[in-house]
Amino acid sequence: MTTEHAQQAEHALTPSNYIAHHLSFNTKSIGEGGFWTLHVDTLAMSVILGLVVMGLVWWVARGATAGVPTKRQAFVELVFGFVDDQVKNIFHGDRHSFIAPTALTVFLWVFAMNAMDFLPVDIFAKFMHSLGFDTWRAVPTSDINTTFALALAIWFLMIFFSIKAKGLGGWIHELFCSPFGSKIWVWPANFLFNMIEYVSKPLSHSLRLFGNMYAGEVIFLLLGLWAATGLTGTVAAAILGAGWSIFHILIVALQAFIFMMLTVVYLAMAHESH
Amino acid sequence: MNINFTLIAQAIAFAVLIWFTVKFVWPPLLKAIETRQKDIADGLAAAQEGRSALEVAAKKSEAALNEAKQKASEIIGQAEKRATQIIEEAKSNAKVEGDRIIAGAKAEIDQEVNRAKEGLRAQVSSLAVAGAEKILRKEIDAKAHSDMLSKLAAEL
Repeated sequence: MTTEHAQQAEHALTPSNYIAHHLSFNTKSIGEGGFWTLHVDTLAMSVILGLVVMGLVWWVARGATAGVPTKRQAFVELVFGFVDDQVKNIFHGDRHSFIAPTALTVFLWVFAMNAMDFLPVDIFAKFMHSLGFDTWRAVPTSDINTTFALALAIWFLMIFFSIKAKGLGGWIHELFCSPFGSKIWVWPANFLFNMIEYVSKPLSHSLRLFGNMYAGEVIFLLLGLWAATGLTGTVAAAILGAGWSIFHILIVALQAFIFMMLTVVYLAMAHESH
Repeated sequence: MNINFTLIAQAIAFAVLIWFTVKFVWPPLLKAIETRQKDIADGLAAAQEGRSALEVAAKKSEAALNEAKQKASEIIGQAEKRATQIIEEAKSNAKVEGDRIIAGAKAEIDQEVNRAKEGLRAQVSSLAVAGAEKILRKEIDAKAHSDMLSKLAAEL
């Protein structure tokens, strides 16, 4: 189960070292200060996965026929229909121009990024190490930057659609006049409520996904630690690791689905006036 | 768990992916699926149309069959009527003809009877004359009594 020989040479392989090492990003500084840092691993993994997944769907969509579909096309249409149905139930407007494609993107991309959790942590780390990357986080969605980037993008879209649907005046009016009514003495309460809502939406949206994927990764690492303690630990960790992986199939799909549903719900709510 | 520039980079990647999907992925899939849905709907409608057309045709053929049956029975009825009519006609014709033949025969018989009567009368008068001659040969002259005798013959 050992991973980094270089690391081992410097430090003894303690549990905290092992976990800390696995949870370190491959960073690249692009300017002064902590903010101007890039997580190369997160970016590379997410961009590659995005290109691969959406590229595959695009490749199928480009050759899509209205006649008898190939199995490949039928599968893509299945995903398409699934996402489209969900959106149709929530959003009653022209969903095809923006919201449904966005939901498809979110679902497939997040699903692919989550699915990186299935890569065996140590083998993958060893593989990346052999390519010259000392630290490498494989799961982009266990990086708060990714989930928060997605949630914030959705948040801005939400405000954009809200203003687009109701006008700037309507939006500001709603900030002060809902949910309690338009009497002037409830304005502060309304405003406070709306602010809490606007702050909590992206936070819960992003932290839910991040927390699930991060926790999943940590549990795999803990099982890896256990596996290092001897034969009993290896057998137990192997059995539990298999179980956790199987359970994780559900979590990966479910979290991608929840993230998509919240995206659709938030964007649909932005179109409704109270 | 530190927020840094990765967030902005990821947001840009996300925006590009959304744009890509909106522009290139969703429309062709939607078009293919909607076209197929329309094809299927059209096919179902055509099948329904065919079914109803079949129903109409079945009704029509049934109606035609019924009409033909009715016509046939009408024709048979007419033929029967005509046959009885012909028989009646023939019967009455035969009766008339028979009557006529009977009347002709009767007339002929009358004629024959008259002729026989004529013949008999002539023979009776000559017989009477002959008888009277034989009886009266000695006493009367045939010439003197011939007027009286022919009167007598005419009276017979």
